[in-house]
Amino acid sequence: MISADDLRLTFGKGTPLENPALRGMSLTVNQGEFVTVIGSNGAGKSTFLNALAGEVMVDSGQIVVDNQDVTRLPTYKRASRVARVFQDPLAGTCENLSIEENLALAIKRGQRRGLTTAVKKQYLGQFRESLASLKLGLENRLGDKMGLLSGGQRQAVSLLMASLTPSSILLLDEHTAALDPKTAAFVLELTKKIIEEQKLTALMVTHSMKQALDVGDRTVMLHQGQVVFDIAGKEREGLEVKDLLGLFEKQRGLEVDDDSLLLG
Amino acid sequence: MLSEIAFYGALETGLIYGLVAFGIYISFRVLDFPDLTVDGSFPLGAAVSAILIIHGWNPWIATGAAVLAGMAAGSVTALLNVKLKILNLLASILTMIALYSVNLRVMGRPNVALLSEETVLTPWYDLGLAYHQVPVVLFLIVVLVALFLLWRFMKSETGLAMRATGANPRMARAQGIATGGMIVLGVALSNGLVGLAGALFAQSQGAADVTMGVGVIVIGLASLIGGEALITPSTVIRALMACVVGAIIYRLAIAFALNADVLGLQAQDLNLITAVLVTLAIVLPGVRNSVVSKFTRKKA
Repeated sequence: MISADDLRLTFGKGTPLENPALRGMSLTVNQGEFVTVIGSNGAGKSTFLNALAGEVMVDSGQIVVDNQDVTRLPTYKRASRVARVFQDPLAGTCENLSIEENLALAIKRGQRRGLTTAVKKQYLGQFRESLASLKLGLENRLGDKMGLLSGGQRQAVSLLMASLTPSSILLLDEHTAALDPKTAAFVLELTKKIIEEQKLTALMVTHSMKQALDVGDRTVMLHQGQVVFDIAGKEREGLEVKDLLGLFEKQRGLEVDDDSLLLG
Repeated sequence: MLSEIAFYGALETGLIYGLVAFGIYISFRVLDFPDLTVDGSFPLGAAVSAILIIHGWNPWIATGAAVLAGMAAGSVTALLNVKLKILNLLASILTMIALYSVNLRVMGRPNVALLSEETVLTPWYDLGLAYHQVPVVLFLIVVLVALFLLWRFMKSETGLAMRATGANPRMARAQGIATGGMIVLGVALSNGLVGLAGALFAQSQGAADVTMGVGVIVIGLASLIGGEALITPSTVIRALMACVVGAIIYRLAIAFALNADVLGLQAQDLNLITAVLVTLAIVLPGVRNSVVSKFTRKKA
């Protein structure tokens, strides 16, 4: 379980570029929930995810993961509980390390690292098995450099890496946005499969309203650094993009002018 | 053209600079941390070992102390960068400048002679090898041991975490790696190796001098880049071998250049030759590629 309470964060405080990114953001994600997060550009989606991961420190508010207050902990100290897949397919893996070395890094996420060989023989079976489940033929290319893989393949491996060890929450930051439509669909299917099979708790930021409604079991919309609505269960079933827009306008009493929200 | 003594001399210094190149490989290549501390940690290693030896310490213990001193110097640079957020290059320049004073303090004077002292080389002269071959044999052993240990380290969990820190710090943090700690460890390790090189250099040359560090970074880089041009560093072991091969080839090239009377070069031209060789090492692989690509385009 992860809960954020009244998070506030302003970038460039006291400068002409002062930008309040989070203005009292509160959200609780329960064990086993798959929450999709939408919002226009500048709504605070990425900042919220970065705050949960520890990449940015909030000015005020509290973040609790599994009953532990992690608000002031840096990223690497949260890594045992928080797994992450980035938007940029190049960001989640090391291109000059081999596939097996990348997986070996991930299998020790948040644990002590010693002086024993990183790529242990007993890992290889597990690596091959999980790579085979991607059906990309990567199970025979363990020694290949990550940089030789396509963006879609790298994103698929990033997902695998994030799910190799247990976590309290999986953060997905528009992880299909930089891929071509076909690959994006493949990675999204894979995401659904992994989350379902391993019963993961996940928070997925997406730019597409359709995607937000199609996957997961709860949808949250952010606007100007706050949650504007939060729907789940019966209320969410059968909802379409235009209903979501209507809901948004009703809530805020304003017109949505961001075309990107209508796409997809 | 090159006398036997000059040849062995080039091998000897080449092996010592192989250790420097290992250090520069860790900072520049593994951590992506341009570290100039080496210009100060090389004479620091020399100074610490020399002063302990003339005070009657065992030369191997003195050499070990030089390694620790180098590691301390590297830690200072890394902490200036990690904790005080000073740009890495500037942090290393600050430490390098500070070390000039430290080295003078350690020695108490600008140079310390070791000519009649017992050094790590002394017992090896009784093994029946020619006088000028002894340092080459001993240093080759030291370099091979260092190469093996570094290779194993880079393949270990901690070593892999260090490589990830340099290659993709954001990903490394997300995997729970304390990137700041890795930078401190890596830069300390790097300068420890350079301190070792300085200590061995002082013992084989018979003196430690406060100015002996000038240009060590350039020679180390020349060795690294030259080696990488000869041996593509596609794996850790190849990258480490490139360091040693590059350092030896570089030293041999310098020896040839200085010995070839036709060129009219003299010892004072050393730094000029170094700069030219580094430039060639950086530019030549690119030239070769563009020549090859022109050729293939014409064919197609």
